[in-house]
Amino acid sequence: MAIPHLLVHEKKDTVGVVAIEGLKAGTDMLCVVTADNSSFNLKSKMDVPIGHKIALTDIKKGDTVIKYGQDIGKAVADIAQGEHVHVHNLKTKRW
Amino acid sequence: MAQANGKSNMKFQGWRRENGRVGVRNHVVILPLDDLSNAACEAVANNIKGTLAIPHAYGRLQFGEDLELHFRTLIGTGSNPNVAAVVVIGIEEQWTNRVVEGIKKTGKPVVGFGIELHGDIDTIARASRVAKEYVQWASELKREECDISDLWVSTKCGESDTTTGLASCPTVGNMYDKLIPKGIHGVFGETSEITGAEHLAKARAISPEIGEKWMKTWQAYEDDVIQAHKTNDLSDSQPTKGNIAGGLSTIEEKALGNLEKIGRTCKYIDVLGPAETPARGPGLYYMDTSSAAAECVTLMAAGGYVIHTFPTGQGNIIGNPIVPVIKISGNPRTVRTMSEHIDLDVSGILRRDQTIPEAGDALIEMIMRTANGRLTASEALGHREFVLTKLYRSA
Repeated sequence: MAIPHLLVHEKKDTVGVVAIEGLKAGTDMLCVVTADNSSFNLKSKMDVPIGHKIALTDIKKGDTVIKYGQDIGKAVADIAQGEHVHVHNLKTKRW
Repeated sequence: MAQANGKSNMKFQGWRRENGRVGVRNHVVILPLDDLSNAACEAVANNIKGTLAIPHAYGRLQFGEDLELHFRTLIGTGSNPNVAAVVVIGIEEQWTNRVVEGIKKTGKPVVGFGIELHGDIDTIARASRVAKEYVQWASELKREECDISDLWVSTKCGESDTTTGLASCPTVGNMYDKLIPKGIHGVFGETSEITGAEHLAKARAISPEIGEKWMKTWQAYEDDVIQAHKTNDLSDSQPTKGNIAGGLSTIEEKALGNLEKIGRTCKYIDVLGPAETPARGPGLYYMDTSSAAAECVTLMAAGGYVIHTFPTGQGNIIGNPIVPVIKISGNPRTVRTMSEHIDLDVSGILRRDQTIPEAGDALIEMIMRTANGRLTASEALGHREFVLTKLYRSA
């Protein structure tokens, strides 16, 4: 299998993790779901560092963000598919 | 791989101690009771080659549960089977003897010296004479073939990022899924870092009673530490700045990655207090610890664990004076930029040219090599972080 650009834990996740260094905006990313080895393609909209997350779908402000098939917090801004997801637009619901 | 007698064919050469426990290192430790005695301990270790002083910051005017934890940690450290013999030095004799008596229960050689009425120089001279006898005696102890079920293997991750949840933590989890059924003792901890996945952690207990015990431990931490002392929330330290640089955004995301360390099938069989020795036989345990790397590894070593597996994303460089710490990283940038700190590179998982079960097998092989004497990166680099957990201010 080709080296994936993005790894996704579970099918129902709404974010994936950049698995290579130097990912550029506009890359046609190979995305692999680790749970079942299925794959799909998605265009990155931004330069995103390795280890950082990219939205797999459009996420509205207030939506729950899903990773590992679990709630990891809520979007605090609208996030478009292919955009960087991090502390600027994702917060825990706890505090 | 199980054989007819219930033992595996996975063997290593270890030191079987007087109490039956097996060590993978053979240290003679010069152990200070308190901060004041560090200088004498370091002088003895300088005099007598092959001994190891482990200085620390505390031991004066502690009281109550905090003092009990201090003694439990020092006694547990001296009792760890990676330690052949111990010289304890304290400012006065009574508390020094309490540590000596605690370690003596293992049957290993241990002696204590109080500095008062003697001064540093005379104490160093007397302690050095004993330390020399101990280190020469220890140097002739023979290793013997031991079964993998004699191994106690702890885990705690650090400088986590999203790659730890994808690669290095599941590697440890896969190792536990394979070795816990072979009879090893395992342990995980980091109470604050389970926050966000506490429902999942509770569900991994062997029984509802143990799950409740876990939940009480977590809730006590939440109430007594976080709610009592927070100024805003934990956002400035959980996730840490390093975690955030590595792509982790929330405490929930960090916790979910952290829990990958206990694999898919293991259930924990008891909840231990900090530095408490497991008493329910082989299996996976939870220990109530800080998530700070050196504090956590120090507590697990004091509980009796002899090898530590440490997944890291951004590159935590921690070691421990008496326990070899095996670093595992799946972050290709960390493996490239900090290679001298990494014992096992599992970045192939991110490239999909290595599976998690393959990485788990590679970790088991590294554990066996470490048990047989291979120095870990942290040992070779001289990382000896020995950090006592303090529960509250001294009197």
